[in-house]
Amino acid sequence: MRIVVDLNRCQGYAQCVPLAPTVLKLNGEEALMYDPNPDDKLRQQVLRAAASCPVRAIMVDHADEKEGKT
Amino acid sequence: MNAKAGALVADLVTEFKTNGRIVIVGASLAGLRAAETLRDEGFNGKLTIIGDEKEEPYDRPPLSKQVLKGWVRADHTLLPRSRKLDADWRLGVAATGLDRGSKQVRLANGEQVPFDRLLIATGTRARPWFNPKEAALEGVITLRTAGDAGRLQAALAAKPGRVLIIGAGFIGSEMASVCRELGLAVTVAERAGGPLVGALGGVIGDIAAEMQRDAGVDLRTGISVQSLEGDAKGHVRRAKLSDGTTLDVDVVVPSLGSIRNVEWLQGAGLATGPWGVGCDAGCRVFDVHGVVTDSIFVAGDIARAPHVLYDYQFLVLEHWDNAVFGGKVAAHNMVSLEADRRPHLPLPAFWSGQFGVNIKGVGVGPFADEIVITQGSVKDRRFAAAYGYRGRIVAAVTFNHGKWLEYYGAMIERSAPFPPPPPGYDAAPDMKPMPARFPAPGVPTGNPDVVLTGHDPTDRQAEYRTKER
Repeated sequence: MRIVVDLNRCQGYAQCVPLAPTVLKLNGEEALMYDPNPDDKLRQQVLRAAASCPVRAIMVDHADEKEGKT
Repeated sequence: MNAKAGALVADLVTEFKTNGRIVIVGASLAGLRAAETLRDEGFNGKLTIIGDEKEEPYDRPPLSKQVLKGWVRADHTLLPRSRKLDADWRLGVAATGLDRGSKQVRLANGEQVPFDRLLIATGTRARPWFNPKEAALEGVITLRTAGDAGRLQAALAAKPGRVLIIGAGFIGSEMASVCRELGLAVTVAERAGGPLVGALGGVIGDIAAEMQRDAGVDLRTGISVQSLEGDAKGHVRRAKLSDGTTLDVDVVVPSLGSIRNVEWLQGAGLATGPWGVGCDAGCRVFDVHGVVTDSIFVAGDIARAPHVLYDYQFLVLEHWDNAVFGGKVAAHNMVSLEADRRPHLPLPAFWSGQFGVNIKGVGVGPFADEIVITQGSVKDRRFAAAYGYRGRIVAAVTFNHGKWLEYYGAMIERSAPFPPPPPGYDAAPDMKPMPARFPAPGVPTGNPDVVLTGHDPTDRQAEYRTKER
C-alpha cells in the first residue's frame, strides 16, 4: 500500500506512532519518519494511524488500485 | 454577454470536459496532483501524462532520509493516489519540444502528442559536478531520483572510509546527518559561512553548524572543492580543497542545488529561463513578451509567479506543498472559465529533518534583513525565530518547535509588524532583532530552494517594439 505524510501539516503529536509502529516513527522529538509503501498486511494498522492524526496529515491511497501504464 | 453567447460558452466548456485533450508533461508530485484534480472536476477527455523517468510518480523527500539510511527501499516511495485516473501514461520518454502553433508536444522517440491544454511540470534535476570527467568517477553521486538514491544507499552501506558532501543546503545537511547515524566519517564542504545560509541566513547557519559539529561532522565552511581524483580503476579517492588540503574519500556527493528542466521549451516563445517558467498567479504561462497564454499552464519547482506578500517579485519555490497546491490550482484553472479561476498564492512552507531536529519554516527568509529569536532556547535547539523586512514579518523558522509555526504564518499573511509581539508563552530571553545575514544576491551559496527572481516576467527576452514616429 502507499501513503504519504504532509510533513508541513504534521505537528509531531505522534498519535500515529503506537498504532503502526513499524511504519511511522519519530526521529528525535518531533520529526516523523515513515515507510511510504508498507506491506498490504499492515493496512488496518495504517488506516487506524491515519484516522488518529489530529491534523489529518496522513494520506492513504484510495484503494490500492493499480493502474496499468503504457 | 447575451444569453445566447453565454449558452455557447457553457456548451464549449461541456464539450471540452467531454472530448478535450490535456497533456501533462512531468510525472511527479505536481503532475499527479494536477491529474487527480482534473478528473475530480469533471474532465472526462483524454488525459496524457508524460514523464522522462520510468517510475510511476514517487515522493522525493524520503530519498535523502529514510532511503539513504537503508530503512526504506529506493523504489518504495511511490505516491498514493486519491482516485482512479484513466490516464494514458507515457513513462520513460522525455518531452523534447513544444510546437505552440500546431499544439503538439514532441517526444524523444519522435512521436507528437496533440493537446488542447498543456501543463508543464517538468521540475528540476540535480546540478552535476562541474567537471564531467570527475563527475563520471565511480563513487561520485548526485541525489535527485530514486535511482540515484539506490546507488548512494548502496555506496553508504558498503562502509566507505569517508564521505564528502559538497554543499550544505537542506539536502546536503540531511545526507550528512544520515552518514553520522550510520556511523560513517563525513566531511561537508560549504563555500558560504555555514550550512543552510542561502535559505535561512547566517544567524541560523551558525546554529546549524554547531549541530553538525556536535554530531561529529567534519564541517568546513568558506571552502570549495577544487578537484576530485580517482584511482587506477576509476573510483574516486581524493578531493583537493581550496585551502590547499587534500582529503581521502570514497564517496563524494555534490549537493549543489538544482537545474530547472526547461530546455525542451526552447524555441517555443514562452517566458522560460534558468529561473523557470514565468506565469501569472493562476499558473498561466507568459510568452516571451509577457503576454499570458490561454492554454499553457505550469506548476511545481519551475513555476515562477509574482507573489503579493513579497512586493510582487517573481518567486520560484522548490517546496513539496508548492507542487501539491500549484498542481491543484493549475488543474482547476485549466477546466474553469475566467470567473471561476483561483490564484495560487501559497504561504511558502518547508520542513527538513536532520541531526534529530525538525526544522520547519514559513514565508521567504531570503527576503528579510533581520531576524529575532522569539521563543524557546537556541542552546536546547528548541526555538522559534521570526524574520523581518523593513518592519514587517516576512518569514519564520522553528527548530523542534513546529507547533508554533501557524502562529507566525498568520502574522506573515497579514504583514504584521516586526519584531512581533512576544507570544506570551515561552518567550526567548533576549528578543533583540539582529541582521539575518543572508548572502548578497548573486553570491554563490548553499543554494536556497526559494529564489526571489525579480520583477521581470520574461528574463528580458522580450522583443521591444520600436515607437512609431
